[in-house]
Amino acid sequence: MWRDAALVAGKDLRIEGRSRVALSQVAPFGVVALVLFAFALGPDRQVMAKGAPGLFWVAVLFCTVLAIQRSVSVESSDGARDGLRLSGIDPAGLYLGKAVAVAAQLIVLEVLLAAGVVLLYGARIEVPWMIVVSCVLGTVGLAATGTLYGALLSGLRVRETLLPFLLLPIAAPVLLAGTRIWQAAMAGGTPASGLQWLRLLVVFDAVYLAVGVVLFGPIQETA
Amino acid sequence: MTSDLTALPVSGPPAAPVPDARVDPPPVQSSRSKLVERVIGVTALVGIAATVWLGLWVTPPDKVQGDLVRLVYIHPGVAWVALYLAFGLAAVSSLLYLWPRTRSLFWDRLAAAAVEVGVVFNICTLVSGSIWGKPTWGVWWAWDARLTLTAVLLVLFLGYLALRRIPAEPEVRARRSAFVALFAAIDIPLVHFSVNWWNTLHQGATVLNPGLKLKIHGSMAWTLLLGFLALTLAFVWMLLVRYRVGVLEDWLAANELDFALAERQSEGAGPSGTDPGAGPGKGPSGEGPSGEGPTGDRVGVA
Repeated sequence: MWRDAALVAGKDLRIEGRSRVALSQVAPFGVVALVLFAFALGPDRQVMAKGAPGLFWVAVLFCTVLAIQRSVSVESSDGARDGLRLSGIDPAGLYLGKAVAVAAQLIVLEVLLAAGVVLLYGARIEVPWMIVVSCVLGTVGLAATGTLYGALLSGLRVRETLLPFLLLPIAAPVLLAGTRIWQAAMAGGTPASGLQWLRLLVVFDAVYLAVGVVLFGPIQETA
Repeated sequence: MTSDLTALPVSGPPAAPVPDARVDPPPVQSSRSKLVERVIGVTALVGIAATVWLGLWVTPPDKVQGDLVRLVYIHPGVAWVALYLAFGLAAVSSLLYLWPRTRSLFWDRLAAAAVEVGVVFNICTLVSGSIWGKPTWGVWWAWDARLTLTAVLLVLFLGYLALRRIPAEPEVRARRSAFVALFAAIDIPLVHFSVNWWNTLHQGATVLNPGLKLKIHGSMAWTLLLGFLALTLAFVWMLLVRYRVGVLEDWLAANELDFALAERQSEGAGPSGTDPGAGPGKGPSGEGPSGEGPTGDRVGVA
């Protein structure tokens, strides 16, 4: 399972390395979103710094949708999906590999967005490790749920419009938790309030990763 | 395509039921299940009427809330049906569908019916809650934990219904929807905890609180319980009807084209003579309850 996962993740990342879709389209979109939020909330830097955690995570969620779309569309042409199923790769490995590839791209994107939030909105981060941990855990959760829905909808022509509708409400706990952890990390002092949210993210990740590992085979048959 | 067929001036009156071996007969409801359905429906209606009468005229106004308290006979009952009964039933039947030993389209149709009725009750919950919230809290909507959870549930299950609308073979659609219902059901406790930590303003549960101790008494309590029962029965009745319609929809999707073809062929064999007035709306090839033709049912599947 782990070897298969590494193979699939390597394949997806190699495709990204050669096509640069995430780098040249998704990442700039994230920056555009940050600029648009700034336009929406006005030039007052205090307001923007206050809203920075939420805006960061909303931008991440939107980019997640795009990254998942890309991850699915990579498999949709040239019979790639059937090829993967014929190759004898373990479904659980395939799931983890796809999720890891999405997560890796999202992490790079989040570094960029976090820098944007700090520079553009003037957000001050007091407890950096909480930011890092929340980003890693949140990203794993988004990649885990996104890959599940991506696979479930992969055979549908309407998946571009349906995926955000189905995925974003499911990801609501990630948005809430991520925002609260960022707020705690920006406020500094006692990070205790952030810790329970970190636990929630851990549970979220564990639950959906387990569901994906167990059910990815049947889900593939459905699509 | 069907609408084109019916729009054409047809020759001869359309023969109503076409005897043809290729067309399955539509599923017929047994007289016993029809009776059960009627009894439940009428009981629910009487129960709701009694609740309205007791709630509006017999029970006293509240010390603090005055007449506003009368919403307690409807709002928690509707919420109970929407949030616990309907969505719980949908989650359980989706799980039973996914479980290989109990896999049957029965569970899929039951889940679909439960979600659809549940969404209606969920909207009623939000609307009645808003009407209550405005005079007591001063706002139509507050980002309170329970309100937020209810709204997230509504969105999750609207997504389920949107997915179901995508045309597909019944088994494929059933599996796909069951997975989505399952993912949503898993999400509910997580959303519950997160919105609880996020914000809490709503009062505690009146009936379904830990220990099941009723916080109201006398005629008010009885009216409240009657309302719960009546609304539960109304839910069961809607569920039965929706399930039956679901069976008919599946039959229509599978047989509509054969039916229309058989009808066309019998027209050619029938007596000639032009009667344009007998066109749309009369033949069984017209629009079904779903409003979707058989061709529309297959578009969109790659």
